[in-house]
Amino acid sequence: MGVLIKNGRVIDPSQSLDMVSDVYVQGDKVKEISKRIDTPRKSDTVIDASGQVVAPGLVDIHVHLREPGYEHKETIKTGCLAAAAGGFTSIVCMPNTNPINDNASVTEYILLKARTEGIVNVFPIGAITKREKGDELAEIGEMCEAGCVAISDDGMPVADSGLMRKAMEYVRPFGIPVITHAEDIGLSAGGVMNEGFVSTELGLRGIPSASEEVGIGRDIILCELTGTPLHICHVSTKGSVRLVREAKKRGAKVTAEATPHHFTLTDKEVYGYNTNAKMNPPLRTREDVDAIIEGIADGTIDVIATDHAPHSQDEKNVEFDLAPFGIVGLETALSLSLELVEKGIITLDEMIKKLTVIPSEIVGIERGTLAPGSIADLVVFDPGMSRMINPGEFLSKSRNTPFAGWELKGVVSNTIVSGKVVFSRS
Amino acid sequence: MAFDKKHILGLGELSAEEIKVILDTAESMKEISTRDVKKVPTLKGKTVVNLFFEPSTRTRSSFEIAEKRLSADVLNFSASQSSVVKGESLVDTARNFEAMGASIMVIRHGMSGAPFVLARQINASVINAGDGSHEHPSQALIDIFTIREKKGKIEGLNVLIVGDILNSRVARSNIFGLRKLGANVRIVGPATIVPEYFSEMGAEIFHSLEHAIENVDVVIMLRVQSERKTLEYFPSLREYSGLYGLTREKLKLAKKDVIVMHPGPINRGVELTSEIADDPGAVILEQVANGIAVRMAMIYLVALGESL
Repeated sequence: MGVLIKNGRVIDPSQSLDMVSDVYVQGDKVKEISKRIDTPRKSDTVIDASGQVVAPGLVDIHVHLREPGYEHKETIKTGCLAAAAGGFTSIVCMPNTNPINDNASVTEYILLKARTEGIVNVFPIGAITKREKGDELAEIGEMCEAGCVAISDDGMPVADSGLMRKAMEYVRPFGIPVITHAEDIGLSAGGVMNEGFVSTELGLRGIPSASEEVGIGRDIILCELTGTPLHICHVSTKGSVRLVREAKKRGAKVTAEATPHHFTLTDKEVYGYNTNAKMNPPLRTREDVDAIIEGIADGTIDVIATDHAPHSQDEKNVEFDLAPFGIVGLETALSLSLELVEKGIITLDEMIKKLTVIPSEIVGIERGTLAPGSIADLVVFDPGMSRMINPGEFLSKSRNTPFAGWELKGVVSNTIVSGKVVFSRS
Repeated sequence: MAFDKKHILGLGELSAEEIKVILDTAESMKEISTRDVKKVPTLKGKTVVNLFFEPSTRTRSSFEIAEKRLSADVLNFSASQSSVVKGESLVDTARNFEAMGASIMVIRHGMSGAPFVLARQINASVINAGDGSHEHPSQALIDIFTIREKKGKIEGLNVLIVGDILNSRVARSNIFGLRKLGANVRIVGPATIVPEYFSEMGAEIFHSLEHAIENVDVVIMLRVQSERKTLEYFPSLREYSGLYGLTREKLKLAKKDVIVMHPGPINRGVELTSEIADDPGAVILEQVANGIAVRMAMIYLVALGESL
């Protein structure tokens, strides 16, 4: 049993590869990439990828799968379906479920569910502190052994700098990174959107840029103190981009991600009290968006990640203050990233790099490459085909997106995980 | 010019023309209040519900009198907090009243934007009676109506708003409305509650009352809203009152015929000294009286828009 993908433009930044060729997958491994491969066996599946791009399956290192505990928003099964539809073959999930993934038994539960019900690879992130309370360290070693690829208290940043330092020191021998949602809760002060002219006009409490920047500044300093690799989630401000750029220049082991919504939208989306434009960190100003785009272009921003945060319609269909933070992203990320290529900000190769090999390296998973002998996770997509974003067609359980009705390019035709076609669209 | 808005959600959403239509309509409504029988049959058979998710005495009473003078059937719903607390969503609550035949909903809510959530999802007309820190259009229309009555115009006047601008819905609505009608708006207060962003809304920012008050035609004093945690923005009421409380001394720096307004309820001795509150230049009780006429105009116009 094999899969032969013919005539696609094969782009694999891990091997500096970009040429029209055939890819042959045998079993769960990439067997061969060359100009012309004839079907070796009758039982092989043949995919005609003419005019399409064939790349390593996309890797998203910032996903909320909601299971266990919030199955009305998303399950591991539906989250994986949404990932496959969006071209993602590996997703790394945050620990803020219920119960929180702060011990090995929750980690094992997630991995078991993923193995039995999920169609893409799921790599869990463990909590830094017990119940994400910021009081005492979670059993990081055991979670690491159970399969956690990083630790993070995403959404509930560790306020105590001393504890954060201990977490970073403690985790270093385990060889996994600390992923930080950097925020100074005191500065955020109950804010619900970016602090600026729009929040002033709308009478909504603002979250200043300084809230994220103070958090990032602290965590960079702790990264330099401890020497533990630090990955910074969803950079949203101009000042944050500058802090990361300067830290990298000094040689700090810092990486950073940006989400498609933060490099595409501004806080003007909130006008009309649109709860699908409510997320944390919030949408910022044009100046911030431009700085993030600049950071993506010059490599300050290493990774594109979605912060896929499903919430039910009933939860979002309320007063702005009461609506939960977050939007879904798995099924729109590729198209929104392709906009950066279309505008000439990055090349297609660079875009794929930020969605495959770099995120894989950050969390240390053997994915994001089509090198012969590697696990056959692939995506085939048409970068030029347009489609209208229709949340009704999402495979995610939730529909909370600000991009409904947008006309975007980029359609995933096939997603292959470990040699199996798990998603296809004709 | 006709008024064809189905809802009145804020002055930010209305044009100068539409604001003038409301003010002109309010003048006719004021005449009704001078009659022996203070009632017209305009809204006979219509049901108006006052949905109050925040405590309010004068705004709710004023709306209720306005509705009754237009012969509407009036329903009052009050909850100390959003009904979400007991599990029902805002929209579901409103739909219940819609099912009872309410065609106009007057909503007061502690969270900014709540009337917008309703307007998007129900068929009835929505009038915003104050949402969080966002807008309080009826109060600003009353202020503007009263100013126009006293000064004969709005354009070119210097209007000063004093106090907690950041957390005030009255301030936002007044800035929108007064700017649209051509007044110069100044705002003054501690830097923590008079942030720079307001200059983008067209207001001139001051932090010294003595400087700000020079040559103004109108002073609007905002209430120190202790329930909105204003107190964390400055050290003490004593210090605030010393810096931003209006005294006769400071008032001398304004124009001779200055008028002093306050949306109420007054904290005597904090924002205003009693001698000013009770001075003939203070029009605070006239504001209250005008409130009924302005609110009659708002209800009448959305009812008209709804039947178009």
